[in-house]
Amino acid sequence: MLGITPSQTVGPFYAYCLTPTKYKLHEIFTNDLIVPGLEGETIRIEGRVLDGDNVGVPDAMVEIWQADAKGGFAHAREHQGANTGFKGFGRVEPDNEGKYHFITIKPGRVKTPDGKLQAPHIDVALFARGMLKHLVTRIYFADEESNKDDPVLMQVPADRRDTLIAKPQSGNGREKVYRFDIRIQEGAEGPPETQFFEA
Amino acid sequence: MTMHFPRDSAKVHPPSLFPYYTSTVKRAPKRPLIILPQTETELTGPAYGHEVVQPGDSDLTTQHEGTPIGQRIIVSGRVLDEDGRPVPNTLIEIWQANAAGRYVHINDQHDAPLDPNFSGAGRVVTDNEGRYKFITIRPGAYSWQNHENAWRPAHIHFSLFGPSFLSRLVTQMYFPDDPLFDYDPMFTSVDPKARQRMVSRFSLFTTIPEWGLGFEWDIVLRGTNATPMEQ
Ligand SMILES: [Fe+3]
Repeated sequence: MLGITPSQTVGPFYAYCLTPTKYKLHEIFTNDLIVPGLEGETIRIEGRVLDGDNVGVPDAMVEIWQADAKGGFAHAREHQGANTGFKGFGRVEPDNEGKYHFITIKPGRVKTPDGKLQAPHIDVALFARGMLKHLVTRIYFADEESNKDDPVLMQVPADRRDTLIAKPQSGNGREKVYRFDIRIQEGAEGPPETQFFEA
Repeated sequence: MTMHFPRDSAKVHPPSLFPYYTSTVKRAPKRPLIILPQTETELTGPAYGHEVVQPGDSDLTTQHEGTPIGQRIIVSGRVLDEDGRPVPNTLIEIWQANAAGRYVHINDQHDAPLDPNFSGAGRVVTDNEGRYKFITIRPGAYSWQNHENAWRPAHIHFSLFGPSFLSRLVTQMYFPDDPLFDYDPMFTSVDPKARQRMVSRFSLFTTIPEWGLGFEWDIVLRGTNATPMEQ
């Protein structure tokens, strides 16, 4: 066994490489996962990344990884070199107030190793200056009946599950909008912090 | 598939809260983390191969009209998983300061010159044996606001995917014997036994006569210790 390489912070200056919208480098990743001919319901997920003072975190980076509408993944092993179709991966740099959004599709249901179906969910990796390793969480959807049987949500204390649920918003008419704030740390008062996972 | 990524090896990562690095104080969760079962969502990962990299992306010294100022270096190595297997066809993204210790990022106001011939961003995809190579300029140390007279040791930021969501890694590569190591909150946030894993080694073998110095650095990602089985 080799020892794995330790994580270090992404730092404040990652954008010109990882999310170079404002720089000259060509972009590989964006916050818009829609591709032509994609099956599924288009949704917008929006929210803020907030620190322990309830202040927006502009120098964070949010990544998402999700199944397509049928619960399948554009996984590396099966799709090496593929450049068409749904990638299932998005990346975004929040704005000056820590606001971010993704345009994607509602994922389908994915099996657990023992064959149960999970509720629709999106995995999230959160990076930031001041974070020596990234945090992992999941986005679920408030209007999903299957949440109540989801094997991962079941492991989260009942009073903490709400921090993982994206809430429908009055939309812009183009696509359904969900709100999902990521609170890294709760303060003395104010909303509870997001439940994070040891992956 | 029945696969499992051991969790113990990931314990080498630094803690979320490390007060010597002052920004961690408001950016670390207070609640305990919950163990996430490894479902297909976690055991799969994004697929980005050679089609996303453009010619010249791995040579940071030829992205502008002129040659950047500084010591030309060749940074190469292998990406492996913890079982020693190479990780082929995986995207590596790097970014760094220039030779004077200045980033092109609009928020970097450190009092050091920008280099019109150096941006400091690069990408490469590992070959079938997990090998990668960048040509760049040795980055300078830079001052930051963490504590009185704080300077970061010279480093190159690395971002890697590997085969799954669980193997995702963002880290930093350091240079041998940097006198700033002991004062650096990021370097010292890692257990002393594992710090050298972040340090590249000088390599005469990859050094090119009359051209540039070679540094070798292998990166080890989390991996499964079982072979995938079809259901
Ligand atoms: Fe840096």
